[in-house]
Amino acid sequence: MSALKIKKGANKHSAYNLRPTFSDQQETHTLAVLVDNEAGVLARVIGLFAGRGYNIDSLTVAEVDHEGKLSRITIVTTGTPQIIEQIKAQLGRIVPVHEVHDLTVEGPAVERELALFKVEGSGEKRVEAMRLADIFRANVVDSTLSSFVFEITGAPEKIDAFAELMRPLGLNEVARTGVAALSRGNA
Amino acid sequence: MRPQDRGLFYVRIQRVETEFENMSRQMTGAKMIVECLKDQGVDTIFGYPGGAVLPIYDEVFQQNAIQHILVRHEQAAVHAAEGYARSTGKPGVVLVTSGPGATNAVTGLTDALLDSIPIVVLTGQVPTFMIGNDAFQEADTVGITRPCTKHNWLVKETAALSETIHEAFHVATTGRPGPVLIDIPKDVQFASAAYTPIKKARVSHYQPPVKGDMASIEELVAAIETAKRPVFYTGGGVINSGPAASQLLRELVEATDFPITSTLMGLGAYPGSGKNWLGMLGMHGLYEANLAMHGCDLMINIGARFDDRITGVVDAFSPGSKKAHIDIDPSSINKVIHADIPIVGDVAHVLEDVLKVWKSRGRKTDKSGLQEWWAKIDDWRSVDCLKFEQVSQVIRPQHALSRLEYLTKDHDRYITTEVGQHQMWAAQYLNFDDPNRWMTSGGLGTMGYGFPASVGVQVAHRDSLVINVAGEASWLMNMQEMGTAVQFKLPVKQFILNNERLGMVRQWQELLHGERYSHSWSEALPDFVKLAEAFGAKGIRVDHADDLDEAIKEMIAYDGPVIMDCLVEKHENCLPMIPSGAPHNEMLLSESSTKDAIGSKGAVFV
Ligand SMILES: Cc1ncc(C[n+]2csc(CCOP(=O)(O)OP(=O)(O)O)c2C)c(N)n1
Ligand SMILES: [Mg+2]
Repeated sequence: MSALKIKKGANKHSAYNLRPTFSDQQETHTLAVLVDNEAGVLARVIGLFAGRGYNIDSLTVAEVDHEGKLSRITIVTTGTPQIIEQIKAQLGRIVPVHEVHDLTVEGPAVERELALFKVEGSGEKRVEAMRLADIFRANVVDSTLSSFVFEITGAPEKIDAFAELMRPLGLNEVARTGVAALSRGNA
Repeated sequence: MRPQDRGLFYVRIQRVETEFENMSRQMTGAKMIVECLKDQGVDTIFGYPGGAVLPIYDEVFQQNAIQHILVRHEQAAVHAAEGYARSTGKPGVVLVTSGPGATNAVTGLTDALLDSIPIVVLTGQVPTFMIGNDAFQEADTVGITRPCTKHNWLVKETAALSETIHEAFHVATTGRPGPVLIDIPKDVQFASAAYTPIKKARVSHYQPPVKGDMASIEELVAAIETAKRPVFYTGGGVINSGPAASQLLRELVEATDFPITSTLMGLGAYPGSGKNWLGMLGMHGLYEANLAMHGCDLMINIGARFDDRITGVVDAFSPGSKKAHIDIDPSSINKVIHADIPIVGDVAHVLEDVLKVWKSRGRKTDKSGLQEWWAKIDDWRSVDCLKFEQVSQVIRPQHALSRLEYLTKDHDRYITTEVGQHQMWAAQYLNFDDPNRWMTSGGLGTMGYGFPASVGVQVAHRDSLVINVAGEASWLMNMQEMGTAVQFKLPVKQFILNNERLGMVRQWQELLHGERYSHSWSEALPDFVKLAEAFGAKGIRVDHADDLDEAIKEMIAYDGPVIMDCLVEKHENCLPMIPSGAPHNEMLLSESSTKDAIGSKGAVFV
């Protein structure tokens, strides 16, 4: 089973688009990287980004195939098209990396992130926080008389928007998981 | 026994045998390491012992299949292994202890990574239960070497050891070759487990494709058919791909009659005496090679990587050409220079397909276009950019190398170099007709590479003439290897072009920093003849042009290691030179053009 649910060798999913345009435009891409779940593999990926000066906007990692001992790393990164191509090629060079997919160019993908927000306050602000949480379909997972912990899932922009709204209402602490992403439809 | 029972009997015997074999294949981790190396066909390891590898050294002691070369510094072990690997095409193997043994190997690993040399380094580590405790001679070896190896492993169980070592050899030698490291804690060396022979090791998922995309190959062939000003730009990838690649390259060059140049790393893939040879290109490359690159309409990059010593300023690099790029590593393509025809694959495989397709389409080239192109190239050649005059008795380095070439060219000869002016002069004035004969530190530019590399080459080719063309400063960086050369009776010739300067640094200071020679003097040099004698080797000094030939002959004739102290002109500049930041057609050609050189009108515009 490919834990990425993308057929190997499928052309539209090729991670090696070898004809970049060398434009200066900065683009944000979401990459899915399937790796052996072995010691040090995350350090290799992070070391590559640090060593070659690439950006990491978000990074998540967890085992996705216990039997095959494979983990899936989802990286959101920003760079020129040429840099994005380099990042993919460099990732592909790491020995325990099995597959690299650029979900941004390989057709539509869903991206989700989970976040926890601690909002402290009382009176009007507390009521307003509760009301907005309802609109954003955030759950209350902990509460005291003067605080809530909301749990919210969604695209990163939705979470950003929620954070903006909560800030004046007593937002005190945030924990975000980073993006998990899958391509839409059949692999 | 009834005949009908016989089959059964044999089956039973066989079963007992396999069981016995499995049992007998139980062994300690230390023994397993030696078994793995034998299984991999290793005949030589370069190493240095210490506490964390003593069980392995105990096994090395009890066998004769693998020779161990005791170096005098772990950095030298890796460079020696590189010399061995480059001159044989086989991976080089290194065994060193934990902590300082491992950290000393880091420069060698980085050197091998940048030049894509297959090296397998085995390091000892403190026992698993002490890792993380700042134990004696503990270092985070896999952490330190992660960015300077192609891959590395910390083996925590003896049961996983043999498979890991087999995988390590596979990774080092497959795809774009490179150094790998296996860190082996001492308790893993002592414990026992079943040995996994190569045949039984699980198949690695690491299998980079070697065949190029046929559509792109067709596109390249079409470009070959119509090009008016083509040039082959070849690199170390041709040599790494193996002898078949050099053979196919020669065939393609002969058949198309295209001109060919090469990087420092690719010298010898196409013969230096071949008629289509333009010489090396790049910062200190030949005039005709660089101008051909600048003016071509089709550039066919085969196993080179558009390194900055080659391209100069990227925006002005070969502005009018279509560029094809053949490389086994997808990350090399479009990293620096946009490739119009990218082909990911092994050089030999791709060239074979290119030749096949080109022949089947009728072996076409633009003959009249080529004729004009060659006429232009011949013009550039007539500048004779390497000409020099040996006027006084002060030996010019170019002269020393020309004489070395003349007096050794008919020998079964291998050349290594250190890093600096002498290295560039060696690339310019020595001639290489075969691959694997030229070992130099290209990507990392590691002073101290050449001497240990010559040791490694000589170990692999006992009867050949192995010469390290050295600068006095570089040579001192690993001079302790005199002990190794003498102990193992390795008749390496250390040909030191002694200008009493960090010559290359001095040259840049002259051209870029107003002739302020900050710390580029080689002060307090040893008496190299006495130094040789102190190690039990032979020393020769020559400082008169008239005595040079005799001295070289004496060096060649001596059956043992020689240090040749060849005193040369102290302020010679290495030319031609493309100053950094300049395009290929703004090359400094002669001494007069270097006056107030870089970034000024003194440069020769073509
Ligand atoms: C380990 C290391 N340190 C520093 C340098 C920088 N460097 C490049 S060439 C050079 C001078 C080399 O002098 P020498 O070996 O005498 O050679 P020459 O240029 O005089 O022929 C130096 C210091 C280097 N390449 N490697
Ligand atoms: Mg010098």
